[in-house]
Amino acid sequence: MKTMLQAIAGAGALAWSAMAMTPAQAADDTIKIGVLHSLSGTMAISETTLKDTVLMLVDDLNKNGGLLGKKVEAVVVDPASDWPLFAEKARELLEKDKVAAVFGCWTSVSRKSVLPVFEEDNGLLFYPVQFEGEESSRNVFYTGAAPNQQAIPAVDYLMSEDGGGAERFALLGTDYVYPRTTNKILRAYLHSKGVADEDIMENYTPFGHSDWQSIVADVKTFASAGKKTAVVSTINGDANVPFYKELANQGIKAEDIPVVAFSVGEEELAGIDTAPLVGHLAAWNYFESVDTDANAAFIKKWHAYIGDEKRVTNDPMEATYIGFTMWKQAVEQAGTTDVDAVRQAMYGQKVPNLTGGVAVMNTNHYLSKPVLIGEVQDNGQFDTVWSTDDVVVGDSWSDFIPESAKLTADWTYPWVCGNCETPKY
Amino acid sequence: MRRDNFLPALSSASDGLSARFFLRSGWSVRVVVAMLTVMCVLSIARPAWAFSDEELRQIVEELDSKSSNRKLEVIGKIAADGDPRAVPVLQAMLDGDLYVSKADDRVVIGKKQGKVWQHIDVVSGKVTGESAARDLDKIRINNRLRGALRDALASLNLFSPDLATRRTAVETIMDSRDPAMAPLLKRAIEREEDPGLLARMELAQATMALAAGKTPQERLDAIDVLASQTTPQIRAVLLQFVNAAESENYDPKVVAAAKDAVASVEGRLQMWQTAGDVYRGISLGSVLLLAAVGLAITFGVMGVINMAHGEMIMIGAYTTYAVQQAFAAFWPAGIGWSLAVAVPMAFLVSGGVGVVIERVIIRFLYGRPLETLLATWGLSLMLQQAIRSLFGASNRQVVAPDFMSGAIEFSTGLVLTYNRLWIILFSVIVVAGIAFVLRYTAFGLQMRAVTQNRRMAGSVGVRTGTVDALTFGLGSGIAGIAGVALSQIDNVSPNLGQGYIIDSFMVVVFGGVGNLWGTVLGAFSLGIVNKFLEPVAGAVLAKIFVLVALILFIQKRPKGLFALKGRAVEA
Repeated sequence: MKTMLQAIAGAGALAWSAMAMTPAQAADDTIKIGVLHSLSGTMAISETTLKDTVLMLVDDLNKNGGLLGKKVEAVVVDPASDWPLFAEKARELLEKDKVAAVFGCWTSVSRKSVLPVFEEDNGLLFYPVQFEGEESSRNVFYTGAAPNQQAIPAVDYLMSEDGGGAERFALLGTDYVYPRTTNKILRAYLHSKGVADEDIMENYTPFGHSDWQSIVADVKTFASAGKKTAVVSTINGDANVPFYKELANQGIKAEDIPVVAFSVGEEELAGIDTAPLVGHLAAWNYFESVDTDANAAFIKKWHAYIGDEKRVTNDPMEATYIGFTMWKQAVEQAGTTDVDAVRQAMYGQKVPNLTGGVAVMNTNHYLSKPVLIGEVQDNGQFDTVWSTDDVVVGDSWSDFIPESAKLTADWTYPWVCGNCETPKY
Repeated sequence: MRRDNFLPALSSASDGLSARFFLRSGWSVRVVVAMLTVMCVLSIARPAWAFSDEELRQIVEELDSKSSNRKLEVIGKIAADGDPRAVPVLQAMLDGDLYVSKADDRVVIGKKQGKVWQHIDVVSGKVTGESAARDLDKIRINNRLRGALRDALASLNLFSPDLATRRTAVETIMDSRDPAMAPLLKRAIEREEDPGLLARMELAQATMALAAGKTPQERLDAIDVLASQTTPQIRAVLLQFVNAAESENYDPKVVAAAKDAVASVEGRLQMWQTAGDVYRGISLGSVLLLAAVGLAITFGVMGVINMAHGEMIMIGAYTTYAVQQAFAAFWPAGIGWSLAVAVPMAFLVSGGVGVVIERVIIRFLYGRPLETLLATWGLSLMLQQAIRSLFGASNRQVVAPDFMSGAIEFSTGLVLTYNRLWIILFSVIVVAGIAFVLRYTAFGLQMRAVTQNRRMAGSVGVRTGTVDALTFGLGSGIAGIAGVALSQIDNVSPNLGQGYIIDSFMVVVFGGVGNLWGTVLGAFSLGIVNKFLEPVAGAVLAKIFVLVALILFIQKRPKGLFALKGRAVEA
């Protein structure tokens, strides 16, 4: 048996070193970028798609002559949904592989884990997922939505006439930093709109929670207090599938208790029969169903790359696309991949959104993007029911939390700071 | 005579005020819809509808608009005519089947027929043409329009000859409690002959009378009717009334009566709530039981700490998926049977994998728990990655058969979902099956003999090695069966098993290692305790409390609820 185990271990080590060897052969005529997405563990369901997106974009770039006359090469590592491992892998990418930029992370906890590494090594991270804000690092560009680009417009919509005029809110979330911070901001915002504490219910569940019977029953009870009730869901990852199944089985209809979700996109709906969920909502900056030429071309390219017509596209993929394209433009403008030069070139960089309009990178490292609210359809897609007329500027420090309302993030002169009350210079 | 009083008031409302004024809030739109409906129903004796076929078609064309206010207005107009011919159009709009044909810019009902979409005329219901999907533009609706459509349909259906249709209409009116529906409802009550539905209608009338009542006595009467009910809906009605008491300046006596009524309804609802908690506890218990019972054999009976147990469940779930795919490909009509086929298949696949694992790895590690733990843990990672490479990282959809979708809903707010009911039943059958195998079959006898005294069993001719492999296979196969059940309520993803491994060990340790009945009792008590703690402490804390309580319990009784006694155990 011992020999057998040794054999397995040996085979594993071989495979490992084989994987690690490939990028090391890179020559000087290539630009290396890192891809830091979990390919195993809980988050693999969402993050694997983003790895494929980056690879598709790299492939496309190389076919069109590369960057600065060099080929771009993606170094893919697997942090395995293990938060400390994210930091180790980030260090490996920056110090050993010397990548010019890293595209990666999904959960906020993984981003917080790699943040010190990027700041210490002066790396460049493009973070493509909607998140809680309340952070601005000079080494990170946030291409996902901040709360004011997703959560607050969604709640506004729920309170509006078309959204049903909700007066009572159940905030359900997974128990970690993103839902808790978002709900803190939402609670403060609802207070400012005259919603009392007794009309707000907060509930947190662990990652991968599967038994939603009691919570859905609680929401039903909460909703039977004589006021129009809506659910705001920051439930993350695969816990959403049993949650929506339970909603459907307990017969919660969207016109009675609408559920608006911030982490449920086309990919997450792929595992559910959506017919009983028609009318529930999601707020994003992108939907696959949006009918523009740019989007149709992107979807076509994605299907061709992945070789499967059934694969869907989603918001973090668009955010990855925007981040990658902006980085490419900034490198071309700066004429080098040097982090400091690229950073300067990033400010004001413009990329057309796939859904129309133009995304702009601001000096607080957040994007200006449009906000869309969509309804779940019976084919697993979203139908846009509301959208902003123009792009919304991402707000790094929420105006609705007193201690962060006074902070400013601006990485250009005279501020040069991510969390200051007064300019540095 | 009532009709004479009513009509002038209505016509002045619809003539004197512009519709735009009403459209400021969804509620007033509903009022307009309902009032107009009342008007037409009151004049139901008229032989012909106000709209000719062509007029109805014209009005439906107006639904092709970007503004939801405009659409609401049109829905109101259609409903106001009280024309039952409008029911299919409104229903199609509600179902999202109403389209604008791009070719001739007409509103049609679209129906998918194979690869093409049929265009169905909104008035005659005849097929007028067909096209590809992209030649049709969907008429979009939102939740506000859905509500208005349901109300409009309810008002049209309230006088339908079909009892079930009328019943749905009354329930919709109960839900929206639109006071403007009251005259319509009154008229329906006069005609209704079914006693059960009549009672519901009167209750609906009482819910409206509460807010709309003219004298305190009318309101007190309404409260009397409502206080005898035990439904969350009625509690909502009463609470709404109490909440509005201050701003509306209701009679204090009435408000006090309403508050009493809330308390009495709430008291009775509380009981049902407790019943619901117990049911949900049993349901969680049955899931834990299914997940743990296989482990009760591999860990409980054989003493193997099998960290890959969760992956056996996961393999069972993926087998279910594969079987369903096979049905979809070869026998789509029989897809309802796929679960019935998946149960033995999952048992065989997971059981087979279990036998292989036992023969290749575990048999070399008997008596070395630490090595077993590490080896099986590594194995669990390998199995997960294998499935991920084979099926992809994203979730697979296992479609629930019809008999497992939906729920039994009691008016008291207790909801028993079918999938959970079936799983409870299924877990009982599985445990009974295992008990039967252990107690009454030769294999069960050999299995017990080998675990109680291996050398003695070997001496009397039992092939202990084969029995070990089969026992491990049995435990794994049962885990596979659990996977079939879990595929109905959880994600079919490579991580499926990880979520259950800790819980399974908890159940087996708590129940008493090596005791099937201990496992049953352990699963149900952990489930119920969890579900009673959850509403109070939240899901995260409830889990922690249960774990802490379990640790304390094990300190006191290291062998769990039911400890095995006897020489074999001591040895």
